Amino acid sequence: MSVILVFLLVIVGFAGWWLSHQRLMAKPWLEQGLIGDIIGPEGSTLPTAKIGLGVFLAVVGCLFALFTSAYFMRMALSDWQALPLPRVLWFNTGVLVLSSVALQCAAVAARRGQIDTVRLGLVTAGLTALAFLIGQLVAWRELTADGYLLTANPANSFFYLITGMHGLHILGGLVGLSRTTAGAWDGARPERLRLSVELCAMYWHFLLFVWLAIFALLAGWAATFIEICRQLLT
Amino acid sequence: MVDITPADAVPPAEVAEMELYHPHSWWTKYVFSQDAKVIAIQYSATATAIGLVALVLSWLMRLQLGFPGTFDFITPEAYYQFITMHGMIMVIYLLTALFLGGFGNYLIPLMVGARDMVFPYVNMLSYWIYLLAVLVLVSSFFAPGGPTGAGWTLYPPQAIMTGTPGGQDWGIMLMLISLILFIIGFTMGGLNYVVTVLQGRTRGMTLMRLPLTVWGIFTATVMALLAFPALFVACVMMLFDRALGTSFFMPAIVEMGEQLQHGGGSPILFQHLFWFFGHPEVYIVALPAFGIVSDLISTHARKNIFGYRMMVWAIVGIGALSFVVWAHHMYVSGMHPYFGFFFATTTLIIAVPTAIKVYNWVLTLWRGDIHLTIPMLFALAFIVTFVNGGLTGLFLGNVVVDVPLSDTMFVVAHFHMVMGVAPILVIFGAIYHWYPKVTGRMLNEAMGQFHFWVTFLGAYLIFFPMHYIGLMGVPRRYNELTDMTVMTESAQHLNSFISIMALMVGFAQMVFLFNLIWSIRHGREAGGNPWRATTLEWQTPQTPPAHGNFGKELPIVYRWAYDYSVPGAKEDFIPQNMPGSFGSSRGPA
Amino acid sequence: MAIALVLVLVVVGSVLFHFLSPWWWTPIASNWDYIDNTIIITFWITGVVFAAVVLFMAYCVFRFRHREGNQAAYKPEDKRLEWWLTIVTAIGVTAMLVPGLFVWNQFVNVPSDATEVEVVGQQWQWSFRLPGKDGKLGTSDTRNVSAENPLGVIASDPNGQDDVVVEAADLHLPVGKPVKMLLRSIDVLHDFYVPEFRAKMDMIPGSVTYFWFTPTKTGTFQVLCAELCGQGHPLMHGVVMVDTQEDYTAWLGEQQTFAQLSAPQQVGSAE
Repeated sequence: MSVILVFLLVIVGFAGWWLSHQRLMAKPWLEQGLIGDIIGPEGSTLPTAKIGLGVFLAVVGCLFALFTSAYFMRMALSDWQALPLPRVLWFNTGVLVLSSVALQCAAVAARRGQIDTVRLGLVTAGLTALAFLIGQLVAWRELTADGYLLTANPANSFFYLITGMHGLHILGGLVGLSRTTAGAWDGARPERLRLSVELCAMYWHFLLFVWLAIFALLAGWAATFIEICRQLLT
Repeated sequence: MVDITPADAVPPAEVAEMELYHPHSWWTKYVFSQDAKVIAIQYSATATAIGLVALVLSWLMRLQLGFPGTFDFITPEAYYQFITMHGMIMVIYLLTALFLGGFGNYLIPLMVGARDMVFPYVNMLSYWIYLLAVLVLVSSFFAPGGPTGAGWTLYPPQAIMTGTPGGQDWGIMLMLISLILFIIGFTMGGLNYVVTVLQGRTRGMTLMRLPLTVWGIFTATVMALLAFPALFVACVMMLFDRALGTSFFMPAIVEMGEQLQHGGGSPILFQHLFWFFGHPEVYIVALPAFGIVSDLISTHARKNIFGYRMMVWAIVGIGALSFVVWAHHMYVSGMHPYFGFFFATTTLIIAVPTAIKVYNWVLTLWRGDIHLTIPMLFALAFIVTFVNGGLTGLFLGNVVVDVPLSDTMFVVAHFHMVMGVAPILVIFGAIYHWYPKVTGRMLNEAMGQFHFWVTFLGAYLIFFPMHYIGLMGVPRRYNELTDMTVMTESAQHLNSFISIMALMVGFAQMVFLFNLIWSIRHGREAGGNPWRATTLEWQTPQTPPAHGNFGKELPIVYRWAYDYSVPGAKEDFIPQNMPGSFGSSRGPA
Repeated sequence: MAIALVLVLVVVGSVLFHFLSPWWWTPIASNWDYIDNTIIITFWITGVVFAAVVLFMAYCVFRFRHREGNQAAYKPEDKRLEWWLTIVTAIGVTAMLVPGLFVWNQFVNVPSDATEVEVVGQQWQWSFRLPGKDGKLGTSDTRNVSAENPLGVIASDPNGQDDVVVEAADLHLPVGKPVKMLLRSIDVLHDFYVPEFRAKMDMIPGSVTYFWFTPTKTGTFQVLCAELCGQGHPLMHGVVMVDTQEDYTAWLGEQQTFAQLSAPQQVGSAE
């Protein structure tokens, strides 16, 4: 359970930093009047939707951290046999990076008001994300064809489970992305379009980060890394 | 004294009407409504309905335990199904849904001075997914093989084996699917509650001016958002084991002489995941209750809550600590015994902030002006049962004391007292308190008195003696207590007594439900602020509050939520949105 | 008003119930009276706190109930009082925790002279295995379980051949000798629980858990299952008899070893 505890520690650190700016030591009964105006505006200046997405991503991160925890705990048992990763995963990683870059370009273009670049970026991102999903399915087929079936070994089970879970999140993101893309053609208000492109980009970057972490985990690098850390500590 | 801005210098808060979704038809106003208040009532009604099912199941269980052999239709199979569904419904589908989905939705926007939740559409979806989860759960009663009988903890391997009702039928699958749906639905709602507190607060509403109710629900929601994924992971992995034949949790097993296909898995892994959710879940139910009861006591004792800052810190502290105590549910699970030292220590440390909260509640009563209204009675009863149940938690949290007591009726008595009876008493108090705001009428006083006395004394008489049956060594989750040397004849009489009390307490709830319906039309007119309370929900222009909550202008907050009996003020309460400065001697600066 | 009286009655009634009711733990039959002592300490500390809080509350309700013209005091907080209460609580908690951890340390550290006894749970009966003359239990694997080899002992392990196998019958233990119970299950979770011994531990399929104790009284004790294991859970009873050394030796002489049990089958397969 150490992975999830480290993850929560990060969240606690973030929450602590935020709380430390909220004057929790104040004596509220002594303060009458509009302190809100004295210490600045209420709430964050970030758009509410971004904060909402941020909270949601924390939950998603928690989910994958828990899968990782379970992975390590199950890995420690004797029947574990790592499976060879299909080469196509490298290609998929590249495609997903491309997808993220395209969305980042779209977000920058949206800030500058270049609607054509926004459209191009959104479409590229959508197509590359689709390519990623297809690539993942190819990886699944390769593994099944080579006899690495779901139930044969827990390493296989985790591979299908975690990549499937990540794919579902990409799929959900594609729904949001297609709505944004439709908005880019239907002439949504610029500031609204800008916000939704930025939200998509934020989600995409996060899922790319999750994918890289998963990739490292499934390839066994994460375990090696932790082993090195442990040796450094002792 | 902090400087005071004159009221007329403040420009009116903008009316953000554009952001509100206005209903156009009966359907979008009352059914597919995006108004948090309607969603709150939908959540509450659904939770109450499914909670009634769980209540009836508890009667059946008590009939079996109190009068063994009398009721033939309660087979061992049925008993385990009742026990499982009772536990799961009460913890997840009633308490969690009612506190967060019900009270959270109704109170957060009103108390922080917002027009609605920040993502109303997602909020509406949250309820409909919750309803779907409940329907899937209910459908398992009618599925072949019936609902699962694995116990609410759903421990593998038995949860998915033939020796357990529903293990190889539909029961366990539907249970897991329902939980997964619940978690998805809850996450949607939870995002709303958190972000509304972060972003939706009206002007002047700093965090330290929030009523403790909001603090409790807010912290509980943050915890739930981080804890429910653990249950989600556990459910998905168990679903894989059951439906697809993987071996996440399933070791090599010989079932009734036959080798199963699984191998190598770890049942302990499930327990870690389950309790990583399960322990925070206790506080997910408790923290909103802590918050609400603070406000009930303060309002009805006409006195500010004692040590407000300490109360806030304690809520946050308990919330954070509750993520590092989970394995105290697993002292005798066979995990590495050295974990016991760590988890016993963290568990007993959490008793300190909890105790501080109790002291502050009773110190709020000290030199108060205590109105013994029904909400206040329930709040007092909460303190008694919570202190009782919390203290028996010190037995079970102290690793070596837990060894003889774990999995006995002592545990059953403990957790019913502390997270069953105590939070439900708060729910009752809260309903008597806010019903006038929701409907515009008071609940009937005589029926309320009857409901209170039977519920409080009855529940105490059920669960206090039950500890001693557990102390004798009687295990929990037995549908028959016969043929056991530890179960004496006198203890069997005690068991019958407990069952009779359970039926009586159950009857009192019927009176309460009748009161809820009867008073909608026949209750005394309440007016806008019958309890003369300070918080914003009582200052709405209409009662019940209309769509958008606060009419044309949002309220501006000038003070904390507990300005009761301020020396020098004309009335014994000053609403949060009343400008001006009162009271010259407010204690040390 | 009635509520103040009732609160007092709740305290008085609870205390009287605690001291006067006939429902109390079974007489102890093992060395774990330390655990009982820790429970007694906890009862005293928590009992005092419960009575103090509820009686104080009853007094407040009586003394400060609403009457015409009353006004509540205005007191947001009292730093010193809160600190005092925190410190006193912390001391009380420590007074429960420290003896608890001390005893837990004894509980998890098995004395070196403890003899090993294996308990195997299955739906819904108990079986036992005792080391033979060599004092060592042979290794086992659930995959080996069959009708002839109900405990899944690995036949190739020489340590296992002289193990005494007690299938679905009573276990006997000599009085006054520490035993380490090795707990195993071949299907679901079970929990080997004898209320008089106080100690218990879950048994997990796929791994071996343990606890230790020293039986201090001769007699017959009932074994219960304390972890839900399917519909037969309440019927999963067993018997442990704590004997004097002579009786125990006599009983042990009557038992069959793994080699004896599997011999006829081996002859059969050789033919």
